[in-house]
Amino acid sequence: MEKPRAATKVAKGVAVAVVLALVLVPFLVIVSTSLASNREVVENGGWVLWPSDPTLRAYRTILNGGIVTKALGVSVGLTVIGTLFSLACTTFLAYALARPGVFGGKPVLLLILFTFLFPPGMIPAFLLVKGMGMMDTYAALIAPVLINVFNLIVLRGFFQGIPEELYEAARLDGAGDWQILWRIVLPLSKAALAVVSLFYAVSYWNAWFHASIYMESGHWPLSQVLRTYVIGGSQIADTGLSEAGMVSAPQTTQMAVLVIATVPILLVYPFLQKYFTKGVLTGAIKS
Amino acid sequence: MVPGLVYFLVFHYGAFVANAVAFKEYVPFDGLWASPWVGTENFSRMFGDPDFWHATWNTLFIAVLQLVFFFPAPLALALLLHSLTSDLLRRFTQSVIYLPHFLSWVVVVALFQQVLSDTGLLNTFLSDSGLHTVDIIGNPDAYKPLVVIEVIWKDAGWGTIIFLAALMQVDEQLYEASAIDGAGPWRRFWHVTLPSIRPIVILLLIMRLGDILSVGFEQMLLQRQSVGPEVGEVLDTFVFWQGIVGGDTGYAAAAGLFKGVVGAALVFTANRIAHRLGEQGVYK
Repeated sequence: MEKPRAATKVAKGVAVAVVLALVLVPFLVIVSTSLASNREVVENGGWVLWPSDPTLRAYRTILNGGIVTKALGVSVGLTVIGTLFSLACTTFLAYALARPGVFGGKPVLLLILFTFLFPPGMIPAFLLVKGMGMMDTYAALIAPVLINVFNLIVLRGFFQGIPEELYEAARLDGAGDWQILWRIVLPLSKAALAVVSLFYAVSYWNAWFHASIYMESGHWPLSQVLRTYVIGGSQIADTGLSEAGMVSAPQTTQMAVLVIATVPILLVYPFLQKYFTKGVLTGAIKS
Repeated sequence: MVPGLVYFLVFHYGAFVANAVAFKEYVPFDGLWASPWVGTENFSRMFGDPDFWHATWNTLFIAVLQLVFFFPAPLALALLLHSLTSDLLRRFTQSVIYLPHFLSWVVVVALFQQVLSDTGLLNTFLSDSGLHTVDIIGNPDAYKPLVVIEVIWKDAGWGTIIFLAALMQVDEQLYEASAIDGAGPWRRFWHVTLPSIRPIVILLLIMRLGDILSVGFEQMLLQRQSVGPEVGEVLDTFVFWQGIVGGDTGYAAAAGLFKGVVGAALVFTANRIAHRLGEQGVYK
């Protein structure tokens, strides 16, 4: 093929630069502002692109045992436990659906895919949770979203891609279903499992809506706290943080909460990113 | 297998049955089953309710905006990325543009507010430079474009994954053959690239159509109050506001059921059209 023309090259370069800047600059501003001193933020009119005198004050303030600290604990616990439960249940179900000849495999699969077309409405789901007596329990934040159909299909697709000979060989060696799953299927499916766990972890970490309707405010995860105090505009100072030394420039504190809510995702992301395309596509294409 | 199955039976099919509340007048004290049946009263009330029509209109308007502006965005981005000759730059850009997908709507909305509100980045910059400030967050006219821009920012990058994979599978020989036949870059794009990814574009379009009445519940709920229900209410927030905040449970369930049935009908229709056009569609 011929070489692309110089003008095309420049246009592409500019386009890529603009796209990158649109994503990265907001992140930079948030982190910088959260690290800036109150004085600098006020002088700058609410935001800082690059702090001249970085300080961790805002973080120390909100992590000093107030509402944010508590919410952080709830979010971490919820994410860890929720992800484990979801991952286990999704894996078992996906394995059962991936093996030929499992009793009721096909109808069960249809039954599940059907829920994709007819998602349960918000009100019935709410009544159900209420009717089961799960209000203000952490189970209400996990049980209704235990299995994600998309993740299930991704895993099932992956399990089906494992050569049949491996299953047969294991069976000849006298392995049962549990042993096959544990010793052969899971070790071979690390990429898919990694992606699916990330998806679950992210959704548990980011979830706020269920918390807002099912939970008392003392049991809120971080996202819901963020919603109330950063988007809703309520002052964190009103809720017991004032003693911890909240003064002017709420922007620093707000940005610091934003950073805390985002950092865990930024931390796991690079490790799992290489699996995305592979993991997502096996599922997407097979379904 | 059993816990997973129980989950689907309880939380999906159980909820499905609980939709019966749409035909009842829900009395919290009596619970779902003891509440009296009222037939289709909730529905007839709904169709006479101007607020419901506001919500429907807003939903459709935003859905069309999304279809026109958000749907092609990942495709355009993917084509741009695919045409990059530097492998390193392409990988780096990919990693960056996937990122916003993993932020919660709370973070994204907070971010946009920090940038665009009357005391935010943009307006501070404008007033410092002696220019007019623009009110974007509280402006009802700007609301609908704003929410679409937010979706593009958050998910356009993530959406490229599937298109990039499709582009990767296009046979190199087709390009070479057409180049030998004298096709320039544009002709190759038009006659080789686009036809090759057509099935996947149509598949995604159908899935989008089926979901068209869900224009982003969390996103809308978070921002509805800044412009008020007249502009910011969509069907999902209508259901939420009537049923969970307002306690008008049967009525809200009727609106939710209406939305679900229309959505499913749209999938069936879109899929049938796809078959007519000789495409594979979502299912046979």
